[in-house]
Amino acid sequence: MSEALKVKTMEEFMAEGKQPEILFWVGSAGSYDDRAKKISRAFVKILNRANVDFAVLGSEESCTGDVAKRAGNEFLFQMQAMMNIEILNGYEIKRIVTCDPHSFNTLKNEYPSLGGSYQVLHHTQFIKELIEQGRLSFEGGMYKDKRITFHDPCYLGRANSEFDAPREVLKKTNASLVEMKRSRKSALCCGAGGAQMFKEPEKGDMDINVMRTKDALETNPNIIATGCPYCNTMMTDGIKAHEKEESVSVLDVAELIANSL
Amino acid sequence: MQYIPNILFVLALVFGIGFFTRNVKKLTRNIKLGKDVDLSDNSSTRWRNMIRIALGQSKMVVRPIAGLLHVIVYLGFIIINIEVLEIIVDGVLGTHRVFAPLGPVYNFLIGSFEILALLVIVSVVLFWLRRNAIKLQRFIKPEMEGWPKKDGNMILYIELVLMCLFLTMNAADFQLQQLDAPHYTKAGAFPISQFIAAWFQGLSIESLIIIERVAWWIHILGILAFLNYLYYSKHLHIILAFPNTFYGKVKPQGEFNNLASVTNEVKLMMDPNADPFAAPAEDTAEPEKFGASDVMDLSWVQLMNAYTCTECGRCTSECPANQTGKKLSPRKIMMDTRDRLEEVGKNMDANKGEFVPDGKQLLDDYISREEIWACTTCNACVEACPVSIDPLSIIVEMRRFLVMEQSAAPTELNNMMSNIENNGAPWPYNQMDRLNWVNE
Repeated sequence: MSEALKVKTMEEFMAEGKQPEILFWVGSAGSYDDRAKKISRAFVKILNRANVDFAVLGSEESCTGDVAKRAGNEFLFQMQAMMNIEILNGYEIKRIVTCDPHSFNTLKNEYPSLGGSYQVLHHTQFIKELIEQGRLSFEGGMYKDKRITFHDPCYLGRANSEFDAPREVLKKTNASLVEMKRSRKSALCCGAGGAQMFKEPEKGDMDINVMRTKDALETNPNIIATGCPYCNTMMTDGIKAHEKEESVSVLDVAELIANSL
Repeated sequence: MQYIPNILFVLALVFGIGFFTRNVKKLTRNIKLGKDVDLSDNSSTRWRNMIRIALGQSKMVVRPIAGLLHVIVYLGFIIINIEVLEIIVDGVLGTHRVFAPLGPVYNFLIGSFEILALLVIVSVVLFWLRRNAIKLQRFIKPEMEGWPKKDGNMILYIELVLMCLFLTMNAADFQLQQLDAPHYTKAGAFPISQFIAAWFQGLSIESLIIIERVAWWIHILGILAFLNYLYYSKHLHIILAFPNTFYGKVKPQGEFNNLASVTNEVKLMMDPNADPFAAPAEDTAEPEKFGASDVMDLSWVQLMNAYTCTECGRCTSECPANQTGKKLSPRKIMMDTRDRLEEVGKNMDANKGEFVPDGKQLLDDYISREEIWACTTCNACVEACPVSIDPLSIIVEMRRFLVMEQSAAPTELNNMMSNIENNGAPWPYNQMDRLNWVNE
């Protein structure tokens, strides 16, 4: 990306004796996965453009433990959670935004009873807020003639009943939004949840991501929009399995907005 | 002599209800084998859920055809049972149509019961066709072979026969009323059974009384038998749907419980003042088992879930793993849990109420590891269940057992977890490189 990103760590805020408006929880995928790093960068571009005073934890951030919990390792999850909580509480963090619905879910729902209570937002919710408050505005001509279909991440949609924020944000791109037959509450999983991202699937006659991508392709889209780094990987692989990578692209909601700025 | 029918009726009633009570006791005993969980929170949300989901059938109608047919049978069941009240009073007191003095109200009631009975018959026939002729996918999955399939059809046959008996009884009664037979008060409206009555033209009063009495007796005895069939059948949902929706999850679906036993240990590990070599105090209880390998490790709500399941298969048909040909079927998780719980219950019955280890458990003997590891924890099954059953929670408990008690996670997951332990990410990258993405 040509534009230099302005990213400050909590440590730097602390040194200046300041408190940021929000903490951007980057998550492991957003920090290390080549595809997801682009999503982190796109989101920061939005934050910079809207002049949001945000911080990241940088090397003080550690895995939320979500994936360990879904895999059954409650020990590892709670160890991770308590270490993170110590840091978050130490910095007196109030508000957290993340691009990963899995981090979103666990920080929002599973951290409080371990001593970490924060207001947690998914990045699509925060972008929606920025637009509503007039802090972020753009023309949105870039995707005017495109058909976009949004794939609901399980841990944002069904798990936390947030279906509207990503759709409302996507509308601002002026693209035409098309819905898959199975969407919102009845959306099919991309196949990555429950720690499946890190293992081979069990024996079956199809991969889940290929089936879900078929749902998306039936809407005849130019773009499949996602709101989760894992869904993004799964749908991208699905597009390849259907040999549609030339005509259909898979982009995060944050990327679509960042590109529209 | 004239009181013999009353006596026989009371005996049948006492026997029928008595046997049912015995089964209810067994049911509650088995459910209480589960671990205690405190669900006294959110009582107003819980009442609302019960009224909306169980009483109001809100989740049934998500699938409109099955939903509509189910609402008809459900309403038929509840409303026609008002008639059962009259039958019981008549049976005990030896009266006939004791509510007849209600006049027009009575006519309206009997008339609507008849229309409902006809609608129930139509619905039941359609249900049967869906199971046996159209063969909807979710009714022919492997776990439905044998008893579950027979059970499903048996319920439909019983309902069909009960409705036909009800209409036959009314038809004969109507015909007797026309013939001014003594004891048969002119009461009720018979919009449906009048057509059956046409077939009874020309029969003598004596024959009609025999038809009416036989239909009346088989109908009420059939209802008592059906009541006692419930415990052995998936049909138990007609009762348990209510407590099950009341005690269903009120938190966001994505929130999994944090194991308190783990919290204590983790806190101790992270406490710099704790002595790692301290000998456990003498009165320390045996450490709690993590996760579940058998039904006694599950909570009582999860066990009630298993008894509530009516094997409709909506969960399985929404499950991404099942749709792509994996062995996992959330319905089978619930059916296996119930089957194992019943086995444990029978074991206790045979051993004076004590469970004698039988070398079996829910994991491996009923539910395979392949099923447990195929789950994406997407909550589609939880969302699909019309009576708030949570198969996912059982899968997670069994994963917890496999990982924390047996260290038996798939190799790739073990790698992922050791990465988290070593460098705070599921991949083998250095934690100091967490911010490299900014300048790439």
